[in-house]
Amino acid sequence: MVDFVQNLISGVAVGCIYALAGLGFVLIYKSSRVINFANGQFIAIGAFMAYALAVWVKLPVLLAALLAMLLTAGLGFLVERVFLRRLVGQPIISVIMVTIGLASVLDGLMYLTPFGSGNFTFPQFLPQGGLSLGGVNVSYPQLLAIGFTAIFLVLFSWFFQRSVLGVSMRAVADDQMAAMSVGVSVQQVFALAWAVAGLTAAAAGIVVGAVSGLNQDGLIAIGLAVFPAVILGGLDSVPGAVVGGIIIGVLQSFSTAYLDGLFSQIGLVGGGSQYVMPFVVLLVMLWFKPHGLFGTEEIERV
Amino acid sequence: MHPEDLGPILLEVNNIEVVYKDIIQVLRGVSLKVPEGQITALLGPNGAGKTTTLRAISGLLVPEDGQVVSGSILYRGENIANKPPEQIVLKGIVQVPEGRRVFKHLTVEENLRVGAVTRRDGAKVREDLERIYHYFPKLALIKTRLAGYCSGGEQQMLAIGRALLANPKLLLLDEPSLGLAPLLVREIFDIVAQINAEEGVTVLVVEQNARVALSVAHYGYIMESGRIALEGTREYLETNPDVKEFYLGVAKSGGRKSYKDVKSYRRRKRFM
Ligand SMILES: Nc1ncnc2c1ncn2[C@@H]1O[C@H](COP(=O)(O)OP(=O)(O)OP(=O)(O)O)[C@@H](O)[C@H]1O
Ligand SMILES: [Mg+2]
Repeated sequence: MVDFVQNLISGVAVGCIYALAGLGFVLIYKSSRVINFANGQFIAIGAFMAYALAVWVKLPVLLAALLAMLLTAGLGFLVERVFLRRLVGQPIISVIMVTIGLASVLDGLMYLTPFGSGNFTFPQFLPQGGLSLGGVNVSYPQLLAIGFTAIFLVLFSWFFQRSVLGVSMRAVADDQMAAMSVGVSVQQVFALAWAVAGLTAAAAGIVVGAVSGLNQDGLIAIGLAVFPAVILGGLDSVPGAVVGGIIIGVLQSFSTAYLDGLFSQIGLVGGGSQYVMPFVVLLVMLWFKPHGLFGTEEIERV
Repeated sequence: MHPEDLGPILLEVNNIEVVYKDIIQVLRGVSLKVPEGQITALLGPNGAGKTTTLRAISGLLVPEDGQVVSGSILYRGENIANKPPEQIVLKGIVQVPEGRRVFKHLTVEENLRVGAVTRRDGAKVREDLERIYHYFPKLALIKTRLAGYCSGGEQQMLAIGRALLANPKLLLLDEPSLGLAPLLVREIFDIVAQINAEEGVTVLVVEQNARVALSVAHYGYIMESGRIALEGTREYLETNPDVKEFYLGVAKSGGRKSYKDVKSYRRRKRFM
């Protein structure tokens, strides 16, 4: 039982990272229907910037993290302004190709820096150990992951339900032309979505850094792991990104803990069931709910 | 009688040509004047270019890849042709799009709040919200319903209410009667006339339903194939034999023409 809860908690913590990384992805998709293939690169850049500011510039880690999030937000904003704005009205596939190109370019640029190879660890900024509750141990980095996600979820819900800008963003997702007809600046909404996506991606990268250290390939891989999470949750749903992320994290944790052992008894000793299970569950679920758990279904009135 | 005689000219469209996607020319020199404080109707068959004219005024040609390539659109003397829609909304011109286009996944009240997105006068917005509920009491009863589940009439009222919350001086309505039962159409036009009279909002309404539009309008234009074919006061248009025959469904000989004949005329005129 203790084992089970322990595995559950580490799954939730990893899932929270996916959730954070997925929030921005969903935001961009929701407002503009663009799939951002450079999300993993945003995650890596955010994390490395935090490292650079903390270690090279010697800022306190939390301040460095905050600055890195803002800088990555700026990067997202810039990407929208420079590359995507010119593509408004072009076929969505061209826009997606641009994000793939962008991912490669950013990757290449990172390989040029010292971060291109090797592992990096943040200076210690959380106390050692963690909280122990009835034999179950929750480490501080895990708490950080869960806390960060909770904070962003609250902020996002407030933003989308209460603020005029947030409601307008949902309006743009619903009907761009109608939103323009009452004066919503669709371009501002897109730029904002990309900026917030940069911010949350950096947050995810920083949490990864605190949990397991920084490595370019590892950080970019998180960007890929986000796909099953956001599709499971429903590509255009903010709560979906969080729930989907946590489900995938827990699935991975349980697969490693329980399935790998079972599989090895029948000769499958590779031990990689955590990479398969998210997709198996995803395929089965999409069978029953093609829009994902919380994805928007078309409202059709006749 | 000219539109000038009805009041100062708020909007003046001068000989505009509009082209979509750089090649499809739709408007071939449209000119019209909208007198302040009045209701002006723009009538005509399918594909005549009515919606395109409204889009040219509101800036909503942008998402359709259209452009005003010549002529001018003067609003209070300033040329607003090809300005971005959010700037035009700020100047006080708001279009209610054809087919209502409410935000289906937003509640009724959220739809209305998006209407006020350009405004900074929060207290006044709350007052205006109450005023919208006063003009459209049906909406007040369904504030929290998702707009996508509202009836066609409720959606049309919502689309108009949403536009009004942007605080327009000039409201552009694109076929508010589309797909609605006659009684509802009457109700909506009566409310529009009431808002015009009480709030002083100038209205330019596009309609295929000439009868109902002329019943509230002070002045009207009839458009065919990208040009204005005829214009005049309501009394003039209502008594014009061609208008009576083709738009009001009354035969020259008097008496009602069969619906089928009117239809076939419309079909001939249709090139969409
Ligand atoms: N986005 C567009 N791209 C290309 N052509 C267009 C576009 N929108 C409209 N058109 C063309 O312009 C012409 C006029 O269309 P418009 O929608 O302005 O007519 P309308 O008078 O509003 O007709 P209806 O009564 O059917 O709404 C039509 O031939 C139509 O095919
Ligand atoms: Mg039309």
